[in-house]
Amino acid sequence: MTSSSSPSLMRADRSAALLLRRRMMDRLATALSWLAMIVVVCMLGSILWSLLSNGVGGLSLHLFTRSMAPPGQDGGLANAIVGSILQTGLAILLGAPAGLLTGIYLAEYGRTSPLAQAVRFVSDMLLSAPSILVGLFIYMVLVATLGHFSGLAGAVALAILAMPIVVRTTEDMLRLVPVAMREAAIALGAPKWRVILFICLRAARGGVMTGILLAVARVAGETAPLLFTSLGNSEWSLDMGRPMASLPVAIYQYAGSAYQDWMQQAWTGALLVTVGVLIINIVVRVGTRGGRT
Amino acid sequence: MNPSVQNTGVQTGPTTQAAPGPALTEGGNRAMASTAPDSLMTPADRQAPTAIAVRDLNFYYGTSHALHDISLAFPARSVTGMIGPSGCGKSTLLRVLNRMYDLYPGQRATGEVIFDNQNILAPGIDVNVLRSRVGMVFQKPTPFPMSIYDNIAFGIRLHERVSRSEMDGRVEDALRRVALWAEVQDRLNSSATALSGGQQQRLCIARTIAVRPEVILLDEPTSALDPVSTARIEELLDELKTEFTIAIVTHNMQQAARCADQVAFFYMGRLVEVDSTPRMFTAPKEKQTQDYITGRFG
Repeated sequence: MTSSSSPSLMRADRSAALLLRRRMMDRLATALSWLAMIVVVCMLGSILWSLLSNGVGGLSLHLFTRSMAPPGQDGGLANAIVGSILQTGLAILLGAPAGLLTGIYLAEYGRTSPLAQAVRFVSDMLLSAPSILVGLFIYMVLVATLGHFSGLAGAVALAILAMPIVVRTTEDMLRLVPVAMREAAIALGAPKWRVILFICLRAARGGVMTGILLAVARVAGETAPLLFTSLGNSEWSLDMGRPMASLPVAIYQYAGSAYQDWMQQAWTGALLVTVGVLIINIVVRVGTRGGRT
Repeated sequence: MNPSVQNTGVQTGPTTQAAPGPALTEGGNRAMASTAPDSLMTPADRQAPTAIAVRDLNFYYGTSHALHDISLAFPARSVTGMIGPSGCGKSTLLRVLNRMYDLYPGQRATGEVIFDNQNILAPGIDVNVLRSRVGMVFQKPTPFPMSIYDNIAFGIRLHERVSRSEMDGRVEDALRRVALWAEVQDRLNSSATALSGGQQQRLCIARTIAVRPEVILLDEPTSALDPVSTARIEELLDELKTEFTIAIVTHNMQQAARCADQVAFFYMGRLVEVDSTPRMFTAPKEKQTQDYITGRFG
């Protein structure tokens, strides 16, 4: 220590300058991160705040028990709520299994084969495709050919939007399953399908569920693809073969109107969509917490 | 290199002559081994029937030639230790014995691996049945993301249909044999991932023996464990070898000396020398072996 005192003086000076520089950079980076975080949280917070402050006022029993009605007649959103649940539910029932199987194919079977790469490319394209295009596509395929709008067509359009999300998350999550775990199962004499079904999917179930949830959240708020498919309906209807109401379309219709009570219901409807998605998220996250490894 | 290859070739010859025996006289051999603990010494090993005989094995990762003309006999119900520096091919050989390399296109083996009078490298071998008879335990504990009970039951269900009560018995038996029963009997239905590393590895061994294999391959089973857990696994090997043929890859020379009945030294994809453990560590024939076990390289 003492023997190196004379050269260490200079080095100490240099390292002090270096240290100062590093501290400054650290502070700067930290400050920028905080700033970015605050900007995002503020935006998110203000959205939630305006939803809450404007929406809560419209909450009433009528909202959940009465169907949509002309302005001034004290209607509700019951048919839109049920329509949204039915169309989103059917969309996930159609889209999630297809997405799950495609994700399994990509991660476990196709991997880098030309077919798998083509499927992956198309799926990623679909992921970023404008949703109105999907609506137009289903309009051509299901609405124009059958001659009428229907809840079924809306659900299929939403399913097409949900599928690529499930594909991507399923593939990513399956790829995260350690090779060692697969090999351990195979070393017991397990055929490939059992390894995928009982080991890999089980190990990835938290992530796969999150992917399906993301898909629910995404399609539950979609408006554009429904405008051309399920159209909207102000009557109470559970018939998937006929035009069907949905919250996003109702919000779109009400928010653009000139009537005070419709605008109020548009705010409340938006609040319902947001809270609904939030609740599903929390429930499934708590439910699958034990499954993560 | 030639003399050593010849040496192992000579060793393989007579032992495989006795190979048709084991499948038929399994019970008899088991009795012999368990009533004569002294027989772990060299002469008895020489007479032990061969469980697996490797002959002129060459292995390729794509174009890279990883194993050269390996001939090696694994005596039944004894522990064969495989040592050598990293990349010498010992793990590769282990993965040939249960055809794990099948999973990866581009990996191929030539030569013969005789197990139960069949060349397991030949086409037409059912690898899932093979893997139920030649089990494997890996370096890192790999509990499945399910309960302790289901971890054991998973392997059994693959190959057998058993009643619920019989399954309970099989699970308990497997856990007792790895001395894990006392620690987990109250929480069989809780997640296996919550166990400690050493417990997880014992669970993996239990999972393997629950399938009732004849051979157990262990690929550095204790390198991720603390000394206490390592000691427990080593004790376990001593018990398991009364019933199973064991091949263990290890980087730990003391472990090989403690656990193995015969030791094979690999270097650069070749089998340099194989002999009984006492001779290997006191009077190795090859200079490379001596340099490695005395810590001069590797």
